[in-house]
Amino acid sequence: MSLTIENLQASVDGTPILKGLNLEIPAGEVHAIMGPNGSGKSTLSKVIAGHDDYDVTGGKVLLDGVDIAELEVDERSRAGIFLAFQYPAEVPGVSNANFLRAALQARMPDGEELDAVEFYQSMYAKMDELEMDRKFTKRAVNEGFSGGEKKRNEILQMMMLDPRYALLDETDSGLDIDALKVVAKGVNSMRSPQRGFLVITHYQRLLDYIKPDVVHVMSDGQIVKSGGAELALELEKNGYDFLKQTA
Amino acid sequence: MNSETATVQQVALEKDDIGNFSFPENHKFDAGYGLSKDTIDYISKVKNEPEWVNEFRHKALEVFESKPMPTNWATEDLNAIDFDAIRYYLSDGATPKRSWDEVPPEVLETFDRLGVPEQERAFLAGVEAQYDSEAAYSNVKEALADEGVIFVTCSEGLKEHEEIFRPWFGKVIPTGDNKFSALNSAVMSGGSFIYIPKGVKVKHPLQAYFRINSENFGQFERTLIIADEGSEVMYMEGCTAPKFETATLHSAVVELVAMKGAKIQYITVQNWSSNVFNLVTKRGLAHEDAEIRWIDCNIGSRLTMKYPGVVMKGERARGEVISIALANDGQHQDTGAKMIHAANNTTSNVISKSISVGEGRSTYRGQVHIPKHLKGCKNNTECDALLINPKSRTDTYPAISVKGNQHVTQHEASVSQVSQEMLFYMQQRGLSETQAMSLAVNGFINDLVEEFPMEYSVELKRLIDLEMEGSVG
Repeated sequence: MSLTIENLQASVDGTPILKGLNLEIPAGEVHAIMGPNGSGKSTLSKVIAGHDDYDVTGGKVLLDGVDIAELEVDERSRAGIFLAFQYPAEVPGVSNANFLRAALQARMPDGEELDAVEFYQSMYAKMDELEMDRKFTKRAVNEGFSGGEKKRNEILQMMMLDPRYALLDETDSGLDIDALKVVAKGVNSMRSPQRGFLVITHYQRLLDYIKPDVVHVMSDGQIVKSGGAELALELEKNGYDFLKQTA
Repeated sequence: MNSETATVQQVALEKDDIGNFSFPENHKFDAGYGLSKDTIDYISKVKNEPEWVNEFRHKALEVFESKPMPTNWATEDLNAIDFDAIRYYLSDGATPKRSWDEVPPEVLETFDRLGVPEQERAFLAGVEAQYDSEAAYSNVKEALADEGVIFVTCSEGLKEHEEIFRPWFGKVIPTGDNKFSALNSAVMSGGSFIYIPKGVKVKHPLQAYFRINSENFGQFERTLIIADEGSEVMYMEGCTAPKFETATLHSAVVELVAMKGAKIQYITVQNWSSNVFNLVTKRGLAHEDAEIRWIDCNIGSRLTMKYPGVVMKGERARGEVISIALANDGQHQDTGAKMIHAANNTTSNVISKSISVGEGRSTYRGQVHIPKHLKGCKNNTECDALLINPKSRTDTYPAISVKGNQHVTQHEASVSQVSQEMLFYMQQRGLSETQAMSLAVNGFINDLVEEFPMEYSVELKRLIDLEMEGSVG
């Protein structure tokens, strides 16, 4: 069981961004991707999720061995891929509770209705874990949210949707240390032998709280170096200068 | 085909398109094609009307013929109406039944399918069900009748309650208000007359359902609601028609009179099929401390032109228009509001939200008038448009004429689009593109839908979901 990326190539408006990327995230592991700005980290997460703006020009993404190239964005989601956005979109007028209900209802077999009582019980329990106020359920999705609230909301959605593989795109950006701890707690509570994580981050800081099994360095659309958790510390200390030397 | 459905000419193709069916015509009275003095005399005769009504109609016909199509400001599409290809009166007789058991079977089945008797049992205080030119059924709960509430067809109202009816009839909307109010005044048939006595507060809504069954037909119902001092009433209308090849015309006139301290709420969920020209004049007169509120939802029709208005004639009167319009491919929703302040310290509020889907077009026209000699008047106008596809269109024509400096007015307008990023976000959570779009649209109008009675907000949400099907991709 793994999320496997083979020789993935993708471009936007004819400009190649991913240039033959290989990565395997076995279920049960947390992988981190680090790298300088513009290396293609966020693109990778959007291509895996199936964003229209990117043309996949080569390679494949295998979800537990199945090529997902032909699946729409929502089909990939229901197949178990979750993307926690760096900049989550606002959905005016749609409450968080209704949005989550709709997302969960979309996973139910035809003709079956989500149990409203169970839904609220489950959501409230997870909100408590993330130290979120109950009033939050009535607010419109991400509208007027602070950076920290948006990121907590992403983690709440992840916990509710229970994905097979979660991609966290710069989830630490815009978080103060307390919020970062709460978010990390949520992620850690989701770690399980059945689930894989890809944590995209610019900073080592997040990895103090979410311990990765493997750290990859991405540069110019490829994974150029992989190692254990210690690689992140090394990067923090020495920066990405080594990339220039090898280039 | 089994015997139960054998009489239905056109069975709904899509399971949820509940209004798209019709029965063979079976009319005892048919005024024939085209409009002339004879048409009017025929209608008056069938309805056995008093002389003054016949005269009123003839004068209105002259006004109608003298007025040009308002294409100097309105859409050229109006010229597609062929007044000679329309039948102006079709009925089985002018007397509605008081019991569903007496209604002809195909008419009963029609309203059964539309859920009218079921709603009546569940939560309505009274119902009128109009089939082509006349109400097939009209009834009000006994308890209300005992309190003096009158809820009858307009034809009954003008004959049996002339002393209440006539002083207000045609006073809020004079015949010559516009070409289509004149047309309605010439050939009006059906619609409701409601009188709520002083101090009576009707708890449950009164409902009218307007159903067109016949092709090449025009429906011209006329409604007059009078709420006497301190009374309250909520009136709800729904409408559907089968989808014919040729154009159908619906041109109603609705007049509301709220006496001192009275409250009238008038709710419309218009879901005409996309061949219907829906050209309606609606206006209310609010006396001292009275409140008139129009809640107007336009989902269907080929072209709707409708600008509900309130004339605030007494001090501290309040007028409100809350409108939702959804224009899909081939549809033009030209809607808005008119707020005429005619006394001190009057307040008006207009909130309009439109959604344009595919090549649909929505237009907002608003008029707010506050003359110089008044003081302490307030108006708030908000109009927001949501565009779903790149070819969707919206236009806004606000006309706010405020004279004098002792008033407070606010106007806000916005145009937004369902962005690709919003859709991607929602789809990434597992919603299909259509589900995501529906949710975004429902979110856009959510604050207005909350103003509705629950029964209707559920129906409205369902209609919008249906409209969003196949609107993307």
